[in-house]
Amino acid sequence: MSSTLSKSLLNPRRHVGVHAERVSDVSSTEYPGHYPNEDHSWDLEKFKEDLQVKVQRLSQRSVEFDLVGVDASIANAFRRIMIAEVPTIAIEHVYVWNNTSVIHDEILAHRIGLVPLSADPSLLDFRTPTGFNATPNDRNTLVFRLQVTCERAPKGSGKEYINDEVKSGDLVWVPQGEQEEVFAGSPPGPTNKDIVLAKLRPGQEIDMELHAIKGVGKEHAKWSPVATASYRLHPLIVLNPAQPVPAHLADKFAACFSPGVVRVAPGGAVSVDLAGMRKDSVSREVLRHEEFRGCVELKRVRDWFIFNVESEGPYAPERLLPEAVKVMREKISSIRAAAQALLADADGDVPGEATSKDTDGDVEMGDS
Amino acid sequence: MAESTPKLRVLKGAEPDLSAATYQIHDESHTIGNSLRWMLMKNPKVEFCGYSVPHPSENHIHLRIQMYDNMSSLDALLEALDNLDKLCDTVENAYSQSLATDSYERWDERS
Repeated sequence: MSSTLSKSLLNPRRHVGVHAERVSDVSSTEYPGHYPNEDHSWDLEKFKEDLQVKVQRLSQRSVEFDLVGVDASIANAFRRIMIAEVPTIAIEHVYVWNNTSVIHDEILAHRIGLVPLSADPSLLDFRTPTGFNATPNDRNTLVFRLQVTCERAPKGSGKEYINDEVKSGDLVWVPQGEQEEVFAGSPPGPTNKDIVLAKLRPGQEIDMELHAIKGVGKEHAKWSPVATASYRLHPLIVLNPAQPVPAHLADKFAACFSPGVVRVAPGGAVSVDLAGMRKDSVSREVLRHEEFRGCVELKRVRDWFIFNVESEGPYAPERLLPEAVKVMREKISSIRAAAQALLADADGDVPGEATSKDTDGDVEMGDS
Repeated sequence: MAESTPKLRVLKGAEPDLSAATYQIHDESHTIGNSLRWMLMKNPKVEFCGYSVPHPSENHIHLRIQMYDNMSSLDALLEALDNLDKLCDTVENAYSQSLATDSYERWDERS
C-alpha cells in the first residue's frame, strides 16, 4: 500500500514513531555535524524547494492549511503569535454613569471587555505610556455607549418586558474626530450581537461609556484574534506488506481507526491512502490487539503541520497567518537593530560610551 | 523598572571576543527563543546554542551561543536573524500563492 505514498514521505528521518506506550524519534536530527558527510546547514534555496504550504479548507470563520518542511520551532512560533501577539481591539476602559441592575459594575465591565469587536486593528494606534498616544484620542480609542432601561411592555404586546436583556448588539459606536471617514467601510461593532451582558427588570437601568483600545493577547485574552490556533502532525499508517491483515479480521482492523481511514475491499484486503490517514486520530487502538501485531506501524510526519485556525472576527481567517508572519518579522527586525547597535558598540564606533557599563552586570566588550 | 531595559545585552561572563556569550533579549519569549535557537544550530560555525526563560514573571529570555574557532557569536546571531527573516518571507509567499491559486474546499460555517 505504501506505493501510493511519495518516496520522501517514507524517509524514516521524517518519522515520529507512535508505539503502544511511548513515542520515538521525536526530535529532529538534521543539524550540521550530526550525520557524517552530510551538510544540513541553513540553505534558503533548499528550504524554498522543500517548503510546501497548502490551504485545505476555508470558511468565513476558520481555515485549515498544511505547512510542510519547517521545524516545530517555526510552526510553533506562528501558532503562538496568532494567539498572543497579533493585535486586535477590545474594550478596556469602562465609565459607569449609572448601573441599577443586579450585576455589579466590575463584573459587567469584565463581561463587556470580553465581547469580540469587528474593527480593523490596523486603523488604530497602540496607546503608549508617553507621547501623542498617551492620552485617548481619535487615533487610538473607539468610544461606545451602552444605554438601556428596562420597562414593562404594554398590555397585549405579547411580552412582559422591554429591554429585559442587555445584549452586545446594544453597544452603540460613537465616532470621534475623523473616525467616521476612517472606519467608513466597516463601522466597528460586536461580531456577535446576541451575547447577553446583563438582565434587567422594570426600573433598572445601565448607562455606560466604553473605551476600546488596541492590544495583544499576551496582555489579556480578550485581545486574542483567534478562538483556536492549533496544529497536529500528519498521521502516517504504514501497512506491512510481509504480514497482511487476515481477510476475516479486516472489519475489526478498520474499526481500530477513525471512520473513513481504512478501506476494506470486497475480498477483505485493507488499504489506507493519504487522504484517509489525515482523518486518523492515532488512537493506537490497533496496537492493543494481539492478532494485528506486526501488521501495521503508526507514525507521524515530523515536519508536516496541519494547522487549524478559527478567527474571532476582526481578521478574515485566511489573513491570520500573514499577520503572524508580519509580527514575527517585526520582532526579528527589532532584535536585529539592537544587535547591530551592540556590534557598533563593540567595534568602538560610538565614541565615549564604547563599552557597556559593568555596574549593571554587563560585560566589557572592547576588541582591543 | 525605573530605567528602560535594553532590548539586547550581553550577560557577565562572556568571552571578551564574544566567541561564547549569553545574550539577554528583553520582551521576548519561546516564540523567538526557540526559532532563533534552531536557526543558530543550523549554522556549522556554532558549537552550542540554547535558550531559556529564566523566570516566568521576568519578561526576557537568555540565549547562549558558543562558537568554534573564536568566531563572533554576535555575527552568528545577526546571520541567524537575517535567515529567519528570509524564512518568514518564504513561508508567507508560499501561503499567499496557495491561497490565490490552489483549489481548496470552501464551506459555509454557521454558529
